[in-house]
Amino acid sequence: MSSMSSPSHGVRRGRREYPYALFLLPGALAFLAVIVVPFLMNTGISLTHWQGVGSPEWAGLDNYRDLLDDSAFWESFRHSLAMVVAMAVLPTALGLVLAAALFDYIAKHIGTRTASVLRACFYLPQVLPIAVAGIVWSWILAPENGALNEALDAAGLGSLRQDWLGDPDFALYSVMAVMVWVQLGFPLVVFMAGLQRADPSLHEAAELDGASWWRRFWHVTLPQIRPEIYVVLLWCTIAALKVFGAVYVLTKGGPGGATNVPSYFSFQSFFEKTQVGYGSAVSTALTVIILALALVALRLQTRAEDQ
Amino acid sequence: MNAPRGPGNALRRPGNALSRHHAPARYPVLAALIVAAALMVLPFLVVALNAVKSPADYSANGPLSLPEGIHLDGLRDFWQRVDFGRKLFNSALISGSVAVLAALLSVLNAYAIGIGRVRGRPWVLAFFVLANMLPQEALVYPVYYLSKQVGLYDTRLSVIIVFTVIQSAFGTYLLSSVLGAFPKEVIEAARIDGATKWQVLWRVVVPVSRPTIGVLLVFFFIWTWNEFLLPLVMLISNDNQTVSVALGVLQGQRLMDATMTNAAALLGVLPAFCFFLIFQRTLTRGIAMGAVK
Repeated sequence: MSSMSSPSHGVRRGRREYPYALFLLPGALAFLAVIVVPFLMNTGISLTHWQGVGSPEWAGLDNYRDLLDDSAFWESFRHSLAMVVAMAVLPTALGLVLAAALFDYIAKHIGTRTASVLRACFYLPQVLPIAVAGIVWSWILAPENGALNEALDAAGLGSLRQDWLGDPDFALYSVMAVMVWVQLGFPLVVFMAGLQRADPSLHEAAELDGASWWRRFWHVTLPQIRPEIYVVLLWCTIAALKVFGAVYVLTKGGPGGATNVPSYFSFQSFFEKTQVGYGSAVSTALTVIILALALVALRLQTRAEDQ
Repeated sequence: MNAPRGPGNALRRPGNALSRHHAPARYPVLAALIVAAALMVLPFLVVALNAVKSPADYSANGPLSLPEGIHLDGLRDFWQRVDFGRKLFNSALISGSVAVLAALLSVLNAYAIGIGRVRGRPWVLAFFVLANMLPQEALVYPVYYLSKQVGLYDTRLSVIIVFTVIQSAFGTYLLSSVLGAFPKEVIEAARIDGATKWQVLWRVVVPVSRPTIGVLLVFFFIWTWNEFLLPLVMLISNDNQTVSVALGVLQGQRLMDATMTNAAALLGVLPAFCFFLIFQRTLTRGIAMGAVK
């Protein structure tokens, strides 16, 4: 290695050469202006009372103390957990079963083309803007003339009609169901790619030994794509904590806060109630949770890579 | 599965023996998967059906009947009412600019991190990863406030700048790990031939990394096209709005009747559908790459 680097040193000595770090300069400046400064400002604002106009008034940790006592805030975080179930847990579990079924049964025994067409159907909602998905579903779930209620009537199940997004008892579950639909394609595609990487001989050996499909799935397939499962769970959990567009378009956090989530809660504080300091405190709290989660995941990943 | 396996059979052609074991199960599995896939695309079909119905047809026959004829007035009305061509142009302009600029910024960052191996590399990389995970809610108010101060509020340029940086956080992370595995000998050889770092980047590194950069371009384009919160806050005038924002705001106001809602939804779905068909291979390759790196 040292013998390789010495001639290049000779080249470098002959000419004035800038260091590699110079290539980071545009990126560093851009990140400073768009990420670092706004983020620090947001954290600063969270320590003030501010209406968005005039000068902010120092408030110390007042906003955070208020947050701890604000039941609407805690409720929005409980809804975040529901979103984690709908966007991370359920899509990962369903995605695993679907990916394994597509891979083991369809791709191997019927044809890879059939498998990719089916995979495309599941992935399609992922490329849709969430605002458009919201329009589609709020019409399907509409109380009058909505496609779901009409379909229930047509099937003779008219007694099951609901105001799916307007009834506080159903709204959160309806939003969760839409999010499963939106999210499912992502784990499916990642897991199918992971299965292609996995070693097929283990699977075949287990099959020859007479292991049932379920046992092979549990003991052979799952351990082989464990890295993909971790990554998918992490990404989807973070996406679930950030969810905003779907709530804005489907329910605006209603009815009566039944589907409010922290990101929408902070948006309301910023732009509807003009309690900018309070909104900043909500978003800072959300950021701390997401970054803590990300750091834990990064640690797990580096540890896994070191082994 | 407990059926006795003839030893000769299993030894001779294990593949065939195995598929015969599966024979009873694979068609039910196929049927179940087809039903599930149909349920996934059903909302698109229902929307397409109702977008081409006349309002009279819709109120007479409800959302589940087949349209009596192809009636494009709803689509035309909606297109004119929101000046949809303009929204498409705005979305394309913003997403296209962001894709190119963010890819460029990612390449520069990743060159310094992955090939230049600058000091403190793990920290720099961790910074980009965290920046990528930051919720936009923690940036939106200061970005809104600052852009007003510098006169960029309600301009497409402001959204382009912000998303160039946000998307390049992911691009830097992905491309750095790809370039970290770049063969050192190739770089050394070009350097010995007298190429500067700048020349090595454009004549060696970028051409070789073209597949990864292609994936980034496609992802940045689609992600930016689908973005909602920041464009919603930053682009308030009709002339600057993107497709997502225009549709989301209209939906939020609940001013549309059923056929117009479906027309809006169909017009929103179509561009996404086109991107999907055009970029399907790049998308699936990219998702797998992003998840494993």
